[in-house]
Amino acid sequence: MSAAPLLSLEDVVVRFPLRRTVMDRLARRPARAVHALNGVRLDLHRGETLGLVGESGCGKSTLARAVVRLLDPDDGRVRFEGQDIAGLVGAARRGFNKRVQMVFQDPYGSLNPRMTVRQVLHEALSVHRMRPRAAIPGRIAELLDLVRLPPDSADRLPHQFSGGQRQRIGIARALAVEPDLLVADELVSALDVSVQAQVVNLLLDLQGRLGLTVLFVAHDLRLVRHISHRVAVMYLGSVMEVGDTEALFSAPRHPYTRALLDAAPDLDPARRTAVAAARGELPSPLAVPSGCPFHTRCPHAFDRCRTERPVLAPRGPAGRAACHLEGFGAPA
Amino acid sequence: MTGVADTRPGALAVRGLRTVFASPAGPLTAVDGVDLDLAPGEILGLVGESGSGKSVTLRSLLRLVRPPGRIAGEVLWGGRDLLGLRPGELRRVRGREIATVFQEPMTALNPVLTVGRQIDESLRAHTGLDARGRRARGVDLLDLVGIPAPATRLADYPHQFSGGMRQRAMIAIALAGEPRLLLADEPTTALDVTIQDQILKLILALRARLGMGVILVTHDLGVVAQSCDRVAVMYAGRIVETGPVAALFAEPRHAYTRGLIGSVPRAGGERRPLLSIDGTPPGLGARPAGCAFHPRCGFATDACRREAPPLAAVAPGREAAGREAPGREAACWHHAAVAAAGIEAPVPEPA
Ligand SMILES: Nc1ncnc2c1ncn2[C@@H]1O[C@H](COP(=O)(O)OP(=O)(O)OP(=O)(O)O)[C@@H](O)[C@H]1O
Ligand SMILES: Nc1ncnc2c1ncn2[C@@H]1O[C@H](COP(=O)(O)OP(=O)(O)O)[C@@H](O)[C@H]1O
Ligand code: SF4
Ligand code: SF4
Ligand SMILES: [Mg+2]
Ligand SMILES: [Mg+2]
Repeated sequence: MSAAPLLSLEDVVVRFPLRRTVMDRLARRPARAVHALNGVRLDLHRGETLGLVGESGCGKSTLARAVVRLLDPDDGRVRFEGQDIAGLVGAARRGFNKRVQMVFQDPYGSLNPRMTVRQVLHEALSVHRMRPRAAIPGRIAELLDLVRLPPDSADRLPHQFSGGQRQRIGIARALAVEPDLLVADELVSALDVSVQAQVVNLLLDLQGRLGLTVLFVAHDLRLVRHISHRVAVMYLGSVMEVGDTEALFSAPRHPYTRALLDAAPDLDPARRTAVAAARGELPSPLAVPSGCPFHTRCPHAFDRCRTERPVLAPRGPAGRAACHLEGFGAPA
Repeated sequence: MTGVADTRPGALAVRGLRTVFASPAGPLTAVDGVDLDLAPGEILGLVGESGSGKSVTLRSLLRLVRPPGRIAGEVLWGGRDLLGLRPGELRRVRGREIATVFQEPMTALNPVLTVGRQIDESLRAHTGLDARGRRARGVDLLDLVGIPAPATRLADYPHQFSGGMRQRAMIAIALAGEPRLLLADEPTTALDVTIQDQILKLILALRARLGMGVILVTHDLGVVAQSCDRVAVMYAGRIVETGPVAALFAEPRHAYTRGLIGSVPRAGGERRPLLSIDGTPPGLGARPAGCAFHPRCGFATDACRREAPPLAAVAPGREAAGREAPGREAACWHHAAVAAAGIEAPVPEPA
């Protein structure tokens, strides 16, 4: 893609320092930190859905929070339309807060239990002065219709809805301010598959109709494949591979992507295997392995992998992978 | 209805299992007449939406439901009805013949005892081994479930294990009595996909090696496809469909199963609407009359609203042409229409 990205992460680093205990001080152990993001480079293009996958603790939520500026990187930048978002103040900051919206995994935690749906949407609309006062009731009805909630839901409280309906309220609140970018962190992970499917269908429909850009964070590969135009795979704070969904799923160019795809339980009982796809456990993010972070579990690791960190380099027409084996997964 | 109960050792036949909880609002029926069959050494998947009664069913088999829960029906284990056993007899079955693994390893393991101590207690309860024999077996068991350097890990506390290792330790404890049947409630749901894959492969390997049967509760149809021989689908406290995994996945015969399978994204259908199921499951006190699924069902007719369909044998489907696919049952008045509809979502009209 040649057009300037809507948002880009440039070598973003986020660390969470651990509190040193008395014992640490006595033993003169150095301060330790969780390395949540270790120099992430990623572009989000206008109108696309970018899926972000990886196992728990790999930094997906941290990345999502950096994108909406719920936290500031320790190093590197997040640029929105070319501007470093850390430098935004005043009206520019408010504009960014409006144009980039996040919907959360936990619909209970993110909705005030004592506010009706109408109050929730009213607040979102008036904070950003989206509509003249008189037009607000009409807009609320439109929004409920958009996320396919019955009109009479406006005066109900969150606990009177099912999990899937609460996710729709969260989506309606985010859409109230007509954002350009929607960041969805594990939006449907807690829902039953039938309800997941309802929300996924809604998201696909809205994206097409409103031309939204979506960052879809999830650990479920099937969902990510279904919904995303492009996919980025993370491991221990680094992007291991990024590419067009079809290419990445049919011919992954990174051994970790390969392992992740092989480990995901296939819906087809005929494609059963007896051997586990990946060996070993996830290393602690307190002690990210040297060199390639995947080398402790990679079946292809060689000496160089233990010392030298591979950079995210082009693979195929539109992909990138961070692996010393340039030819891994290449068509024969 | 399900046929004659298999009374061989290692076979389980559940008939008319019903579990009711007393509540201020009246009795709540969580399990509403469940029939299940498991051949010795078979892996049966039990699937369904949250609240459908999977966990209560599993616990009821071993009478692990606390009052005010009341259990009725028959649980024939090698022909003996577990629901009729005296408490002492039941204790001998639990752990030794039938073991359990539940979802949260952190709450199921005792945080103040070492893993070795907990395995030791299980061995003491279920075997006649002396202290030295138990220690050797403890090492063997940790090794069997794939924990590296098992001899040194026996002294660790649960918090020193990762989530995957805790789940392995739970399985090791369950295996101490060399059970013939393992009841596993979402044993991998809290785990990462690469670790889940390892644990499922472990369960398959153990089945092959020990000839142990497994009932695996999960909400992930992929997990069922990858590890089960047969599957039973639960809705609102009842089994609505059962059959061999491949046949049932290829051609579901109950509208709920069809909706579940169609809700899962599959390769080739990217960015197209999923089948999904409208609405949500009924609450315990609000079971719809007739077929409990009818308010959410696109195939429903008056018959469905009037009378609950029995779980009955259905002919093997198209997918089985020329192949054997016996043991298919569905509780749906219109199972032929459901089968004919297939699992692809209808293509939506252009806006
Ligand atoms: N002790 C209890 N008292 C009253 N109701 C109960 C009790 N235990 C379970 N239930 C109810 O019984 C129904 C079935 O619960 P169960 O735990 O079997 O669901 P499940 O299918 O395992 O769901 P999940 O997928 O969420 O684990 C639910 O409506 C639940 O709220
Ligand atoms: N506020 C925080 N304080 C300390 N550590 C954190 C904090 N937030 C996240 N982490 C750690 O950073 C790493 C990445 O976390 P996260 O981005 O939440 O991962 P994911 O969403 O991929 O599961 C994890 O090791 C996590 O424990
Ligand atoms: S760089 Fe080396 S260790 Fe890392 S994924 Fe590639 S081959 Fe494996
Ligand atoms: S019996 Fe009727 S309502 Fe129930 S699943 Fe079958 S068609 Fe639907
Ligand atoms: Mg997260
Ligand atoms: Mg359960």
